[in-house]
Amino acid sequence: MASLGIHNIRKVYPNGVEVLKGINLDIADGEFLILVGGSGCGKSTLLNMIAGLETVTEGEISIGGKRVNDLPPKDRDIAMVFQSYALYPSMSVRQNIAFGLSLRKVPKAEQEATIARVAKLLQIEPLLDRKPAQLSGGQRQRVAMGRALAREPQIFLFDEPLSNLDAKLRVEMRSEIKLLHKRLGITTVYVTHDQIEAMTLGDKIAVMKDGVVQQFGTPDEIYNRPVNTFVAGFMGSPPMNLIPATLSINDGKLYAEITVGPTAAKRVQLPLVGFEMSRLHERMVDGAPVLLGLRPEHLTDTGRSKGAAANLTVPIDLAEPTGADTLIFITLGGVRCIARLHPAAVAAHDEVDLVVDTSAAVLFDPSTQNAVAFAAD
Amino acid sequence: MAMNRVSRFFLYFMLILAALYALAPMWVMLSTSLKTLDEIREGSLIAAPHAPTIEPWLKAWGTACSGVRCEGLKPFFLNSLLMTIPAVLISTLVGALNGYALTHWRFRGSDFLFTALLVGCFIPFQVVLLPMARLLGAVGISDSVFGLIFVHVVYGLAFTTLFFRNYYIGVPGELVKAARVDGAGFFTIFQRILLPISGPIFMVCVIWQFTQIWNDFLFGVVFAGSDSQPVTVALNNLVRTSTGVKEYNVDMAAAIIAALPTLLVYIVAGKYFVRGLTAGAVKG
Ligand SMILES: Nc1ncnc2c1ncn2[C@@H]1O[C@H](COP(=O)(O)OP(=O)(O)OP(=O)(O)O)[C@@H](O)[C@H]1O
Ligand SMILES: [Mg+2]
Repeated sequence: MASLGIHNIRKVYPNGVEVLKGINLDIADGEFLILVGGSGCGKSTLLNMIAGLETVTEGEISIGGKRVNDLPPKDRDIAMVFQSYALYPSMSVRQNIAFGLSLRKVPKAEQEATIARVAKLLQIEPLLDRKPAQLSGGQRQRVAMGRALAREPQIFLFDEPLSNLDAKLRVEMRSEIKLLHKRLGITTVYVTHDQIEAMTLGDKIAVMKDGVVQQFGTPDEIYNRPVNTFVAGFMGSPPMNLIPATLSINDGKLYAEITVGPTAAKRVQLPLVGFEMSRLHERMVDGAPVLLGLRPEHLTDTGRSKGAAANLTVPIDLAEPTGADTLIFITLGGVRCIARLHPAAVAAHDEVDLVVDTSAAVLFDPSTQNAVAFAAD
Repeated sequence: MAMNRVSRFFLYFMLILAALYALAPMWVMLSTSLKTLDEIREGSLIAAPHAPTIEPWLKAWGTACSGVRCEGLKPFFLNSLLMTIPAVLISTLVGALNGYALTHWRFRGSDFLFTALLVGCFIPFQVVLLPMARLLGAVGISDSVFGLIFVHVVYGLAFTTLFFRNYYIGVPGELVKAARVDGAGFFTIFQRILLPISGPIFMVCVIWQFTQIWNDFLFGVVFAGSDSQPVTVALNNLVRTSTGVKEYNVDMAAAIIAALPTLLVYIVAGKYFVRGLTAGAVKG
């Protein structure tokens, strides 16, 4: 087990494309790091570099405090699940799992025990004697997972390991991974596109875009205090609403003025509870345009609201029942917003009374898209 | 419908015609080799032998004279086997290693190296004769079976490397990466991951190389010593060595004997050849 340090990592592929542009991430021994980001932003490339499968153009990677830039993969003591599974086609599932063990001279009996353990964990016991070509996508993915879990390396690298599983299996596997991590405490880097996986598994989340880390922090920080609109929009499902508003200052108190409804006929001033003048960015003066970031659950019905809040009556454009919640689409500040309500709160009206929890809001500067103010804790 | 049947008939007619045209020489050779000299002199070229005899075959194999030796093709046939089998195996194996390195262990200049190898495929035999003769002399393996094997391996490498490179390029790189993470090195990965999925291209290479090397005449005549001459050279000598009458039946039998191994390889492994050439990438 070991800590992992990634310092000023750049990667330029031989074709001249700069894929990673100075990545800095530090995770302690036993921590679980989630990497998220759009397709092609360089997540797999970063994993490959940690594993030693791609050369480092610039910067330093260290494992357990030791620089490993020039260490070959087999000496880094890493287990990895590849995005494309990469199962050895000529070997049975059993041989696939045993391959790494036998190369590391694990005794036969111990190999058998390990194979039995991971096969049970991943529910692939009936498949052990099949070849990869005779497996479905989800089964292959679990075998790929098994190949990694058979070992107890310094670091686990998982590249979207559950992406191909059905919903039920995915939930099961997610909790298995969490339990396993709790039990073994092996440092893990985990790429995913799944919001829930990211929020539930990660000790830390790094949100990437175009080869740059946008924000690196705990799930709570990423979710509640996104540093820019990209992070705000990327994490959370449905994403954070970004409502164009005008800042107004009255008696030393802050307000966000927004239009309501598709016709923008009505204007309201929402008191920004918990925001302090003294901590405000210098550009944020009376009349300045801002983006008011509000999560759907902070636009909710009167029954659910708690804490400091402002009230608002808005016309409903569309309602989408999802079971536990009903999502309603409304227009605020001229853009489509989503509010999360209790199903009973959405009667057959075309209007609804909303409670806006502004103390959970984030203010963004529309010109830089960066966050400029959070409510004080 | 009727039109269809007519065109189908026409199609088969043409195909059969083409097959007959291609097989006719084969037939003439076979029937001639089973006739006595008298019958050849009197009968028609394409008629079947009416009293088949295997005398010409026995003579071609065991007693016919080529040059000053009168031991038939047998010793030369063995020479050819001794030379062809190692040359085919070595050039195929080394080609597989080359192809593996060129696709999955790229290094600075590997693309240039591959291009250079490609050019190697187009170098005519004649060009390498003199330099190769000097090289073999310098190393001290001229006029020996080793020298001949060496020449064929070197000349065949361009082709075998090309075959294997084009096959391995379809093998996903993550397969090799996964094996490296598992702790396998260059040769372990080659042996445990790549070789087990190389069956089809292996067949292609073996057939190709076997045909090339067995049928080669030029390298054989230039580089082989008098006691390591391949069967192709011996056949030439046998046909041209005449003591009085020209024994067409023995010549024909000898030619068929010399061609038999390549024929056999095609019949046994031909279907793998086609399969290997059309085999797609391996999906894990
Ligand atoms: N060998 C390579 N040579 C050149 N460019 C590459 C190579 N491998 C990847 N890239 C490019 O690098 C970028 C990042 O690729 P990478 O696979 O790391 O993305 P990713 O974040 O894992 O995406 P996804 O979520 O789709 O898996 C992409 O634009 C890709 O086209
Ligand atoms: Mg990827």
